[in-house]
Amino acid sequence: MNVTYTVFRFDPSKDKESRYEAYQVPVREGMTVLDGLLYILDNVDPTLSFRFACREGVCGSCAMFINGSYRLACQTQIKDLKSDRIKIEPLPNFQVIKDLVVDLAVFFEKLEKAMPYLVAAGALPEKERLQSMEQRKQINEVIDCILCAACQSACPQAWTNKDFLGPAVLTKAYRFVGDSRDGAQRERLKLVAGEDGVWRCHSVFNCVEACPKKINQTVAISRLKRKAFVQKLKFWQRDGATNGRKVG
Amino acid sequence: MVIHDVIIVGGGLSGLRAAIAAHDGGLDVGVVSQVYPVRSHSGAAQGGINAALGNAEGGEDDNPERHAYDTVKGSDFLADQDAVEVMTGMAPGIIFEMEHWGVPFSRTKSDKIAQRPFGGGAFPRTCFAADKTGRFLLHTMFEQMLKRHIKVYPEWLMMSLVVNDGVCCGLVGYHIPTGEFESFQGKAIVLGTGGYGQVYARSTNTLINSGSGMAHAYHAGAPLKDMEFVQFHPTSLIGSNILVTEGARGEGGYLINKLGERFMKKYAPKVVELAPRDMVSRAIQTEINEGRGFDDSYVLLDLRHLGKEKILERLPEIREHSIHFVGVDPIVAPIPIQPGQHYSMGGIDTDFDGQTPVPGLFAAGECACVSVHGANRLGGNSLLETIVFGKRSGEKTVQYVKGREWKPVPEGVFQYALDIVRARVAALFQGTGQQEPAAIRAEMKETMFFKVGIFRERKLMDEALKRIAELQERYRHLRAIKGGKIFNLDLCRAYELRYMLDLAEAIAAGAIARQESRGSHSRLDFNKRDDHNWGKHTLAYPTPEGPRLSYRPVTFTKWQPEERKY
Ligand SMILES: Cc1cc2nc3c(=O)[nH]c(=O)nc-3n(C[C@H](O)[C@H](O)[C@H](O)COP(=O)(O)OP(=O)(O)OC[C@H]3O[C@@H](n4cnc5c(N)ncnc54)[C@H](O)[C@@H]3O)c2cc1C
Ligand code: SF4
Ligand code: FES
Repeated sequence: MNVTYTVFRFDPSKDKESRYEAYQVPVREGMTVLDGLLYILDNVDPTLSFRFACREGVCGSCAMFINGSYRLACQTQIKDLKSDRIKIEPLPNFQVIKDLVVDLAVFFEKLEKAMPYLVAAGALPEKERLQSMEQRKQINEVIDCILCAACQSACPQAWTNKDFLGPAVLTKAYRFVGDSRDGAQRERLKLVAGEDGVWRCHSVFNCVEACPKKINQTVAISRLKRKAFVQKLKFWQRDGATNGRKVG
Repeated sequence: MVIHDVIIVGGGLSGLRAAIAAHDGGLDVGVVSQVYPVRSHSGAAQGGINAALGNAEGGEDDNPERHAYDTVKGSDFLADQDAVEVMTGMAPGIIFEMEHWGVPFSRTKSDKIAQRPFGGGAFPRTCFAADKTGRFLLHTMFEQMLKRHIKVYPEWLMMSLVVNDGVCCGLVGYHIPTGEFESFQGKAIVLGTGGYGQVYARSTNTLINSGSGMAHAYHAGAPLKDMEFVQFHPTSLIGSNILVTEGARGEGGYLINKLGERFMKKYAPKVVELAPRDMVSRAIQTEINEGRGFDDSYVLLDLRHLGKEKILERLPEIREHSIHFVGVDPIVAPIPIQPGQHYSMGGIDTDFDGQTPVPGLFAAGECACVSVHGANRLGGNSLLETIVFGKRSGEKTVQYVKGREWKPVPEGVFQYALDIVRARVAALFQGTGQQEPAAIRAEMKETMFFKVGIFRERKLMDEALKRIAELQERYRHLRAIKGGKIFNLDLCRAYELRYMLDLAEAIAAGAIARQESRGSHSRLDFNKRDDHNWGKHTLAYPTPEGPRLSYRPVTFTKWQPEERKY
C-alpha cells in the first residue's frame, strides 16, 4: 500500500514562498510517520529537512502538525491516521528555519524565565531527602514533559502575546512548585504570576489537546494560579492590608 | 572564532556533567551539541542507575565493594578494577547529588530512593524513576546547566578536532541551521559524544548515535580501546528495535519460547532471566537459531503475571511503547522481542580522570573506554559511568587548565583546520560518482549486525572487513550531495558516514584479532575465554592501511579471573 505525503517546503535562502510537495511512500506494517519521512530522505528527496533523534517519543524533536493535529511524527502510526493522504506541516506560530524545522530559540529562552530548577528547602541531608510516593504523585504527570513545544505552538494566547510564557514553561514551573522538596515557591510564583504568566491563560485547552504526553497543562496552570492567589492573600494578611477583614 | 577555557562536545549526561564540574571549578565553559541537549540519547535510558544504597528490601547488605565485584565479574574480568572501584565508590554520592538537584526518583515504602534488581547484580541496586530514569536525569542535569547559565551551542556538529603540536586545542563546528563553519578554541576539550549504535542494524539507539566523536578522537591521535566489545540487549521490540528495559525482567518478567518454556532456566539456573545481557542475548539467539523462536526472529517477554497495577506504576512507558510500536498491551499479552545492538563497551582510551593520551583531549561517557565495563556492561552501570566520569573529567580540566602557562595558539592552526573541513564539504557537494550514501549506510549496518554480531566466526568477520573496505572505496565515489546551506541532512549524514565506516573497521579488526570468547565477544571458533593470551585491552590506531592493533594489560586489584556462572 502507498500513502501520499504532502509536505510543507520552504527554504528561506532561495524560496520566496512556501509550497507543498507530494511524495509516494510505501507503507509496511508498524511504520510511523517519521519512518515515512526518513524513507523520503533516503530514497526520494535528500533535500528535505526535519528533526528527529530517539524515534520513540521521548526526546521531543519531532513535534509537527500532521493532518491538522499536533503529533510526534515518531509516535504516530501511519495506519492510525486512517487516511492514504498525510499532510505534514511545521509547528505553527514558530518561525520556519527550513521545511519542517522551526526555530525553538524563543521557547528555550522563555523556559529560563521560570527558574526551571529545583531549589533546596533548607540544608541538605547527607543522603537523599525523603519523599513519599503520595507526594511524588503531585508531579507525576508534569515531569513527563519532553519540551516538544507542541503546546506552545497551539496556544492562542501565545500567538497574540509574544511575552506570554506559555503552557510548557508554566508546566515546568509547576513541576517545581508542586514538588515537596522545593524551597523557592515564593520566588518562582512571583515570576510566573505576572501579567505574562498564569493570568494570561484563559483555559482554552488547546495545549491539552496538543500534548503528545497527555499532560493537562491547564490543571498545572490552575494550581499555580491558586497557589499564587493564596500567596498574595498571605502577603496581604501579613501586612495587615486586609483591614481586619477575614480572608481565605 | 569562539573561545572558552573548556569546550565540551555533547549535551548528554556525560557532557553536561563535565560542563557543570568545569564551571563550578571556575572555568568558562561552552557546550557544543549536534542537538538541543534534552534531545540527547541519555534521555532514552529507561531502567535505572546503579549505586549500593541498600534501600530495597533484601538489599541492606549491599556495599560499593560488592557492586565493584559484580561489575568486574559482569565484565568477564576485562574491566580495570581500580577504575571500577572508583566508580562504585562514588556511586552513592552521585545519586544523592542527583536527588538533591531534583531527580524525581521512585520511592520505597519508607520514602527513600527505590531500587530494583538488574541482571548480574547480587542485590537490588538499580535506582529508578519509573521506566524514564534517563529522561529525568537528563532534564535535571539540563536544569542545573540552565541555573549556571552555561553557554550552549545547539545544533552545531563537530566536524573535526584541532591539534597543535600534539596538543588538542579546539574543533571545527558546522552550524546545521545556517550551514556556517566556525572554529572553537579551548584549553581543554571534553568529548561526551556517546555511542555508535547506528553503525549497526537493529540498534536500540537514538538515530543520531553515529559515534563520530570517537572517530574524530581516533584521527586526532587517541587510540580506540576494546572496540570489539559490542553489547546486544536481549529485549528490543521486533521491527523498530525500540528497547524494553531490563527493568521489565527486574520486576519479574519471563522470557518464553515457542514451546512455552521459560528457557532461561536452562542457561542460568540460579538467576534465570536476570543473567547478564551477553548471556541472555545469546540464549535468545540460540533459541531462535534452533527453531524454538517465532517466525525465526523473536521470542516473548511475558509481564502479565506482574499485574496491571505494577505495570502501570513501574513500567508505564514500556507499556506505551508496546502499544504504539507493536500493537501489544503487555497487561493482556506477551511482548515480541529480539536482541538488538545496544551499547559500545569500547571507545576512546581514557584513564579514570577522562584523560586521553592526547594532551588537552578528554572523554567521558559512552564514547570513552576507561574501562569499567570490560567485555560486558551491566545494566544500570552506564548512566552511572556518564555522571561519575563526566564529573571527574570536568574536574580534571580545571586542574589541567589552571596548572599551566598558556601561550596563544597561532591563528593559522585554526584557519588550516577550517580550510580542510570546508574543502571536504565542498568535495561532497561536487561529488561526481554514482554511489548513494544511504545505500552504503544500510549495507554497513546489515554487515555489522549479521557478521560481527552476537555470535562471531572468522569467516564471516573476514567477509565483513572486506565489505567495509569496499564500502569505504564506494564512499569515495558518492553522488553529489544535494540541497543548500540550511539544515542539510544529506550533507550531515554523508559527512558522518565516513567516520562510521572507520568505527566499523576498528570493531571488525579488533574482533578478528581476539581469538577467544569473552563477555559480548562470542566466537564459535574460539569458544573459551583465554586469560593467558587475551586478558588484555585492545588499542587501535589509524593507519592508511586500516587500524593497527596493540595491547595493554588489565589492571587487577582484588579479584582474580574465575569462571562466570550465574
Ligand atoms: C534505549 C536505551 C536505554 C538505556 N537504558 C539505560 C539504563 O536504564 N541504565 C543505564 O545505565 N544505561 C542505559 N543505557 C545506556 C545509556 O543511556 C547511555 O550509554 C548513556 O546515556 C550515554 O550518555 P552520553 O552522555 O555518553 O552520550 P549521549 O547521551 O548519547 O550524548 C551524546 C551527545 O553528543 C552529541 N554529539 C555526538 N556527536 C557529535 C558531534 N560530532 N558533534 C556535536 N555533537 C555531537 C549529541 O548531540 C549528544 O548531545 C540505555 C541505552 C539505550 C540505547
Ligand atoms: S507539555 Fe506536552 S506539548 Fe507541551 S512541551 Fe511538554 S510534552 Fe510537549
Ligand atoms: S524523534 Fe524523539 S520524540 Fe520523535
